[in-house]
Amino acid sequence: MRSIAHLALTLALGGAAVIAQADEAQVAVAANFTAPMKEIIAAFEQETGHEVKASSGSTGKLYAQIKNGAPFEALLAADQKRPELLEEEGVGVASSRFTYAIGSLVLWSADAGAVDDGPAVLEANGFNKLSIANPKLAPYGEAAMETLDALGLKEAVEPKLVMGENIAQAIQFVDTGNADLGFVALSQVMQGGQITKGSGWVVPGDMHAPIRQDAVLLKRGADNPAVNALMTYLKGDKAHAIIHSFGYETE
Amino acid sequence: MVLSATDIDAILLTLRLASVTTLILFISGTPIAWWLSRTRSRWKGPIGAVVALPLVLPPSVLGFYLLVAMGPNGPVGQLTQSLGLGLLPFTFWGLVVGSVFYSLPFMVQPVQNAFEAIGRRPLEVAATLRASPLDRFFTVALPLALPGFVTAGILTFAHTVGEFGVVLMIGGNIPGVTRVASVQIYDHVEALEYGDAHRLAAILLVFSFLVLLALYSWRPNAKST
Repeated sequence: MRSIAHLALTLALGGAAVIAQADEAQVAVAANFTAPMKEIIAAFEQETGHEVKASSGSTGKLYAQIKNGAPFEALLAADQKRPELLEEEGVGVASSRFTYAIGSLVLWSADAGAVDDGPAVLEANGFNKLSIANPKLAPYGEAAMETLDALGLKEAVEPKLVMGENIAQAIQFVDTGNADLGFVALSQVMQGGQITKGSGWVVPGDMHAPIRQDAVLLKRGADNPAVNALMTYLKGDKAHAIIHSFGYETE
Repeated sequence: MVLSATDIDAILLTLRLASVTTLILFISGTPIAWWLSRTRSRWKGPIGAVVALPLVLPPSVLGFYLLVAMGPNGPVGQLTQSLGLGLLPFTFWGLVVGSVFYSLPFMVQPVQNAFEAIGRRPLEVAATLRASPLDRFFTVALPLALPGFVTAGILTFAHTVGEFGVVLMIGGNIPGVTRVASVQIYDHVEALEYGDAHRLAAILLVFSFLVLLALYSWRPNAKST
């Protein structure tokens, strides 16, 4: 009797696995997590056979889209506020929230050697523009302002600030040479545990509030095995290894 | 309806940008329109197509290449730096350059149509009366094409007010310098300040409607087009 039950269970699970092959998840990803998410999705798809479509943008925009019926099944935000709001508003699945990454901020220049002495380059004030993400909208922008405050340079540097609508645009201003310096997410310039281009100074974690990035499962995806599997996968070792290689910490 | 100081700044900046752009396009677009309306050159087609490109190209394309071209390694950027003007992105004049490109067809096409509608005859008559080419242009062509200029001016102004993508790409969102009304609305939406977004959007909506109303109500009286 027991072995029959066992067999039935195995068949049922096997059947579920076969069905799961065809599942597709659609997720919204904060701009700073675009690069690691690509690698995570590739590994996840290979392992599970699910398919994941990711859209990236600023957390504020993604939030507004989700509230207005965008077909996303999970949000990987750049902050904790938006996932919390979604949960409170009943758009997110209750208690599905978790911190998938803790971000690091880096002062970055496209030129090699330009930022080798850390914040000294800000004090010297010889740069044309300092690019940051809009602090009102983006946690990395907020952290950048806190860092300037901690360095005592906020007033001196303020006239040179330019703002990207999200962290992706902030780095684009630096990368195209229009701003000499920028505060960007370490994940944007780091690959395989190293800064791969230009030069950067990783801002010590005590200069700004930790950038905790939360993910939340959305009601639309509550019954989709693919997105549920993805959320579990994000908490696993393989995903963590990828997340760390981009300079994030995890809990 | 209470607007914050930054909202008012954004509106004033938008109006300034649209005015300067329209003025520059009156001066630079008119010769282009005149040439296009008179020429029999084989370049008429290609030049006309280039002028119309901003109608088709996504602002992201236009904005991206403006950013690259005006950057320190781009041709425009190197020119402005060697002239001691610095770099254009993130400045008001950078936005003006972007807007001039972006709104070019809205100026050139109505003016060109107006010039073409005049035909050759009035100018030939003026020539037989010994009017110089410059005289013919200013005393015959310009007054006859006036309705076209009004249309072009209003469309250019309104289109620049409605500009978003290009400004977002090259502006850097600096309050009072490059943060125009459309970007300010976008900011409000992203920051979940939907009430502020509604207020500013309503103002733009009413403004746009009034501009277009003026344009379409005025047009039937313009017999010369």
